[in-house]
Amino acid sequence: MAYLDHAATTPMLAEALDAYVAAARDVGNPSSLHAAGRGARRLVEESRERIAAALNARPSEVVFTSGGTESDNLATKGIFWARRSLSLNRTRVIASAVEHHAVLDAVDWLGTHEGATVDLLPVDADGRVDPDRLADRLARYRDEIAVVSVQWANNEVGTVQPVHDLARLAAESGVPFHTDAVQAVGQIPVDFAASGAAAMTVTGHKVGGPVGVGALLLGRDVACTPLLHGGGQERDVRSGTLDTAGVAAFAVAVETSVKTQQEYAVRVGALRDELISRVRRAVPDAVYNGAAADRLPGNAHFSFPGCEGDALLLLLDAQGIACSTGSACSAGVAQPSHVLIAMGADDDRARSSLRFTLGHTSTIEDVDALLAALPGAVERAKRATAWKTPRQ
Amino acid sequence: MSGGVDSAVAAARAHDAGHDVTGVHLALARNPQTYRTGARGCCTLEDSRDARRAADVIGIPFYVWDMADQFHESVVDDFVAEYAAGRTPNPCLRCNEKIKFAAVLDRAVALGFDAVVTGHHARLGADGLLRRSVDEGKDQSYVLAVLNRAQLDRAVFPLGESTKAQVRAEAAERGLAVADKPDSHDICFIADGDTRGFLERRLGATPGDVVDSRTGEKIGTHSGAYAYTVGQRKGLDLRVPAPDGKPRYVLSITPVTNTVTVGPREALSVDEITANRVIWHGSPAPVTCDVQLRAHGEVVPASVSVAGDTLTARLHSPARGVAAGQAIVAYRRDAEGGDVVLGSATITAGVLSATERAVAHA
Repeated sequence: MAYLDHAATTPMLAEALDAYVAAARDVGNPSSLHAAGRGARRLVEESRERIAAALNARPSEVVFTSGGTESDNLATKGIFWARRSLSLNRTRVIASAVEHHAVLDAVDWLGTHEGATVDLLPVDADGRVDPDRLADRLARYRDEIAVVSVQWANNEVGTVQPVHDLARLAAESGVPFHTDAVQAVGQIPVDFAASGAAAMTVTGHKVGGPVGVGALLLGRDVACTPLLHGGGQERDVRSGTLDTAGVAAFAVAVETSVKTQQEYAVRVGALRDELISRVRRAVPDAVYNGAAADRLPGNAHFSFPGCEGDALLLLLDAQGIACSTGSACSAGVAQPSHVLIAMGADDDRARSSLRFTLGHTSTIEDVDALLAALPGAVERAKRATAWKTPRQ
Repeated sequence: MSGGVDSAVAAARAHDAGHDVTGVHLALARNPQTYRTGARGCCTLEDSRDARRAADVIGIPFYVWDMADQFHESVVDDFVAEYAAGRTPNPCLRCNEKIKFAAVLDRAVALGFDAVVTGHHARLGADGLLRRSVDEGKDQSYVLAVLNRAQLDRAVFPLGESTKAQVRAEAAERGLAVADKPDSHDICFIADGDTRGFLERRLGATPGDVVDSRTGEKIGTHSGAYAYTVGQRKGLDLRVPAPDGKPRYVLSITPVTNTVTVGPREALSVDEITANRVIWHGSPAPVTCDVQLRAHGEVVPASVSVAGDTLTARLHSPARGVAAGQAIVAYRRDAEGGDVVLGSATITAGVLSATERAVAHA
């Protein structure tokens, strides 16, 4: 099998798996006061320190969660609620139009249920937010803005956002800035303190850790109302018994992926570039989506004119190649990507797109396998597009 | 794979037979929210999940295909237009003709597949003849008879030799969770089962007269002629009783004048049926065979002839409640291998011939 969907989830690193299994053998609730509890607590706190060190945050800024979706919801809703409780006219929420659904749907919910004004920043043809757009919003609505959320890098087309500029602008206006860095950690350098962000989402399973554990890095002075109430285990911002084994494996994965990031980016970036040039040769009318520079090293994204993305996916899947279309709704129907639409693509170009994402286990054989199957699949998918014309 | 027991077992049997099988669930709702809440709809999220689980158990790939636009144009809009024109459509038949064995089949063939396998209860053997299922109560050959030769050549019906009870037992044996899922009976895109309400939302209220066939007098009003079907007795809401005190039935619907004509049961009898949109597999010469005039309806012996796109059937004894828009399906009797489908056409008119009228009045 050629697995070209690392942005969806990537295999666990051997050392993270070892750490998970070792910790899962032990008993102990990190909140318990006895020796077993203290042992678990020690592992959790060591893990917190490792993550903080890898991402240049203070340990106390690491709030463990169940993953990216929870962290995004906690940051956007929690900061919105906290800020609005201090000043009732702070009801504007600013996000980019190309956010992951974990942010987009959370802010939409704030709009429909909490009276928020949702203000989406447009992007250019590469999928990038223009900092001047944010500066303009800040100048006009500064006192009304509860929170700004712009991803570090896009999950579909891999475009890296000018996070430092955006965070600095927000900070200068005294507005908290959240960034979803789920796709960025381990792929490109990520430094929480230097970014100037007030909050940052990270998750385990995109960096070789387990699914179901992640963190929100939350600046110590950033007020945030909890989503989950209970024991208050994590700074009273997040409740729930800590997943000691998951946290330990997550920390190993973050540490390892950050430590190896540079050589990873060189190796995987070269593979990705090879994939791009070979796809272009094999399918000359393929349209490359997204930025040429400032892009995640493992991401390649194409539209194949005249093809349905989901037909291509089926054909490639049948040949053992795993890739992805935009996003699927809960029923499994492929929807045109909101990211490509925001980048100015029409419906056809959005529906004809496929994402190939490489990762730490990728090899040139994966690229070979893709290219062996792709031209035939494209040709066949083009013929299958005729089915859309109703038969008389 | 609808998420029901039949298509799950059909897929499993095709897989067992050594074919390279891929499961496809059709998403047919344009706006998923509109069908999602209907517990009885055929394309709810739950059905999609059931189909996926069945595919997992069988061990085949599974995808959801979005056919909402085609389904809407070819089946739902057609359904509404047929009622508006005073006819009584069969949407399941139309879905087989335009979606399952057209849009789905075309796409599948283009993608490299050889055939569409469904869980319909009908037989399609090596001789290429479409026959009734061994389970006469569940037989679906009536809604498949509309398929032409090219469509049948790419169709596989693995369940035709089994009864529904056998299919359910096999599903349970195979560990398919849908083994005891209830049968679906309703029209899938009318989740609440209220066809009249659905048509009223689509077509609006168009009040008109209800007229007695014998006197020509107006004896009531209706809020939309589309809500009536030939042969219907209930729901007429007539305040004036018939002179003879006998129940009255809908005899015809005339969209041009928006009139519903009612009359006595005897006036429903017809013995000469004309139909168009003919699909004919047998010899076109007049044949004596059985005809079926509605889904799960009785069969009547008849002499059937085909000329161009017109099929004429002379029934050997009158039938009642024959509605334009329904299919007339001709069968050649075969007790051994199952009755063979000779052809199908869409009923345009039914009349009582002069000789029968004379008999009736004698």
